[in-house]
Amino acid sequence: MAGRVVTITSGKGGVGKTTLTANLGAALAMRGQRVVVIDADVGLRNLDVMLGLENRIVYDLVDVIEGRCRLRQGLVRHKQLPELYLLPAAQTRDKSAVQPEDMVRICDELRGDHDIVLIDSPAGIEQGFRYAMEPADEIIIVTNPEVSAARDADRVIGLIEAEEKSPARLVINRLEPSMVSKGHMLGVADVVELLAIDLIGVVPEDSNALIAANRGQPLALSNNRSRAGHAFHNIAGRLLGEEVPFEPLREPRVFERLLRFVSPERS
Amino acid sequence: MITESVAIKGIRQGLLVTLGEGEWSSLLTALEAQLTENPTFFSGGRMAIDVGDRRLIPSQIEAMRSLVAHHEVELWALVSGNAETQAEARGAGLVTELAPTRDHQPPVEGGDDPAGRAVVRQGTLRSGQSVRHPGHVVIIGDVNPGAEVVAGGSVVVWGRLRGLVHAGALGNEDAVICALDLAPTQLRIGGHFSRSPEEQRSRPVPEKASVVDGRIVAVPWPGE
Ligand SMILES: Nc1ncnc2c1ncn2[C@@H]1O[C@H](COP(=O)(O)OP(=O)(O)OP(=O)(O)O)[C@@H](O)[C@H]1O
Ligand SMILES: [Mg+2]
Repeated sequence: MAGRVVTITSGKGGVGKTTLTANLGAALAMRGQRVVVIDADVGLRNLDVMLGLENRIVYDLVDVIEGRCRLRQGLVRHKQLPELYLLPAAQTRDKSAVQPEDMVRICDELRGDHDIVLIDSPAGIEQGFRYAMEPADEIIIVTNPEVSAARDADRVIGLIEAEEKSPARLVINRLEPSMVSKGHMLGVADVVELLAIDLIGVVPEDSNALIAANRGQPLALSNNRSRAGHAFHNIAGRLLGEEVPFEPLREPRVFERLLRFVSPERS
Repeated sequence: MITESVAIKGIRQGLLVTLGEGEWSSLLTALEAQLTENPTFFSGGRMAIDVGDRRLIPSQIEAMRSLVAHHEVELWALVSGNAETQAEARGAGLVTELAPTRDHQPPVEGGDDPAGRAVVRQGTLRSGQSVRHPGHVVIIGDVNPGAEVVAGGSVVVWGRLRGLVHAGALGNEDAVICALDLAPTQLRIGGHFSRSPEEQRSRPVPEKASVVDGRIVAVPWPGE
């Protein structure tokens, strides 16, 4: 069976796409999947750092596209997980070096030997978003439970729907239940109701995420798993079609508003 | 929204203006008059113009583009049956073919009065998306924050309304706005506007907003 291509994207930047890609890649490989993660953030690469593979990079995505090496030579194998490979982004080029067709060609070639290809998309809705989206069979949207991130996610979902791509699924990252119950943050139900797409995971705020990223050891790899690491494994399971129940949610709603018309001004 | 030679209708990608029979300069004058009379309806929108089989030269296309730009409307497409005009339009960076309108958004004919025609849009209207139509607009789905509906007639949202809706944008103060959950960022009817206060509401009920004694008022819908 040919492998699936899953693109991980967001509207707003910095919400955790790269963190999710690294952890999901690790969690899937730990389940015996043959995985390639592609860093599509050309010019701002950092998936290599999160996976602890920075010092092993010889070639990159743009080298593959421009024919300076074969695809296989561009893949960097993970130190502990032999079935996890990284195709790194070029650091010294910009996003105009990649066309949507290049990504389709590369992914089609990878589908033969791998079960899952994860693409870490750059932030925004410009060129990088387009080429990361083009080869996708499935899409995961990452958002944080806050108003501006959710609104930008909504915008991106609108673009995906307009292109008639298959429906995207949602990961809510950096949830802090205490902030939600104080009404300082949107809750899971608020975000899901607004975006009206299926939820595939909720990842709690976890200070270990930053430490793990800097050490190049994704939380999902660790033996004594943190809550975030656990959440990444749940997402991996759901992506493989397993029925993994969600934790029950107890949270008040902050989106509801009373409507009273009090400002009879003329525009 | 029709003079004998300038027809305007809402399509998926914005407004489509069809320039019919007549002298070129008088058509442009008629278009300009529409834009001047209804600034709130047009401003901020995107427009496609169908010029029929006319042969246009680049300076005419540019003149048309700056005419609408003057009213804060972006000309993005120029449709023509004339191959040379098409080539000039492409040279000017304009799209020359409109994507086929989707099945779920057919204009519903409401007699000959174009303002009586409605468009129905199914699915959530998301941030950054807009529907603009001279007649009535029906949304089967939510209107999210950051989305915008601008209608010459009334607007019915069979879902949650949290974005911006402007009904009666061509000056009709009898237009109404109905939603299953009326919690907009802002509502406008004709020249009136109001926003919803930031208070919490326990359970939403369907409501209808209309202009009563010069201000926008919402009442449960259907009423007693
Ligand atoms: N669950 C979490 N708990 C705490 N911190 C997190 C969590 N997820 C991500 N972070 C932190 O948020 C920051 C941004 O994460 P990341 O780089 O993965 O985002 P991104 O969406 O890829 O950003 P960009 O749009 O710039 O590519 C990082 O410092 C990361 O460690
Ligand atoms: Mg990133």
